[in-house]
Amino acid sequence: MKKNDWILIAAVLVVAGIFFGMHLLTPGVKGGVAEVTIDGVLYGTYALDENQTVTIRDTNRLEIGEGKAKMVWADCPDQICVNQKAISKEGESIICLPNKIVVSIVGGDKKTMDAVTY
Amino acid sequence: MKNKVAYFGVFTAFALILSYVEMLIPIQFGIPGIKLGLANLMIVIMLYKRNAKEAMMLSVVRIVLAGFMFSNLFSIIYSLAGGTLSLIVMALLKKRESFSVMGVSIAGGVSHNIGQLLVAMAVVETYRVGYYFPVLLIAGVLTGALIGVVSNEVLKRLRGVDLG
Repeated sequence: MKKNDWILIAAVLVVAGIFFGMHLLTPGVKGGVAEVTIDGVLYGTYALDENQTVTIRDTNRLEIGEGKAKMVWADCPDQICVNQKAISKEGESIICLPNKIVVSIVGGDKKTMDAVTY
Repeated sequence: MKNKVAYFGVFTAFALILSYVEMLIPIQFGIPGIKLGLANLMIVIMLYKRNAKEAMMLSVVRIVLAGFMFSNLFSIIYSLAGGTLSLIVMALLKKRESFSVMGVSIAGGVSHNIGQLLVAMAVVETYRVGYYFPVLLIAGVLTGALIGVVSNEVLKRLRGVDLG
């Protein structure tokens, strides 16, 4: 081992450390928003990274927690939207047809792949 | 000089065997894309016993053959990017002569990972794989050091041997 070898190792480790630090310091850009539209008209957008309960026109209640949005209550008889699973990934949506409400995720995590082979 | 082809064949066979052995090693580091890079051992030795040109040739032949035998076209592309970058860096560092085999091998391991990550970025078309960067750097240092230690020992014992 020559002196330069150690310098090389140290340099690489420092660079790795810097990148790791930068990654830690960058605020969570991955946080998407839940976009609520009623009959095609934007009603509001709600950040997924803060826990909140959104009441939509006294007909539906959307709950956001742990980065996921879930419809917890709806006044319609079929309750299809309430039975849908919580959404968190870009492009996912919950739709309440009777009240014409669409909740969709914008700019969140990219859809994860099932598998990747090389 | 007439032995050149024969030696090259032996080295290729060795590198392929190491690729195969590496495939058999059940150690998964829990992170995709990180492996020992055993075959790089032969590349480093070739680089020191012969020259950069032949090491490059060996690297390409090894990657294409091993890729067809053990994996697929995708991994060939990844490996070619990593292997080429790694070889260029190693050849440059070796020329400087201020690094030992260890340093050259470590630089090779690190740059191999960087090359692969660059291709991954181009394929996935996102910079989000960037968070992977420090992990790959450290992995490159570790595997490079390991290969460096072994190469050093092998080269010591091959000192009297003139390859072709």
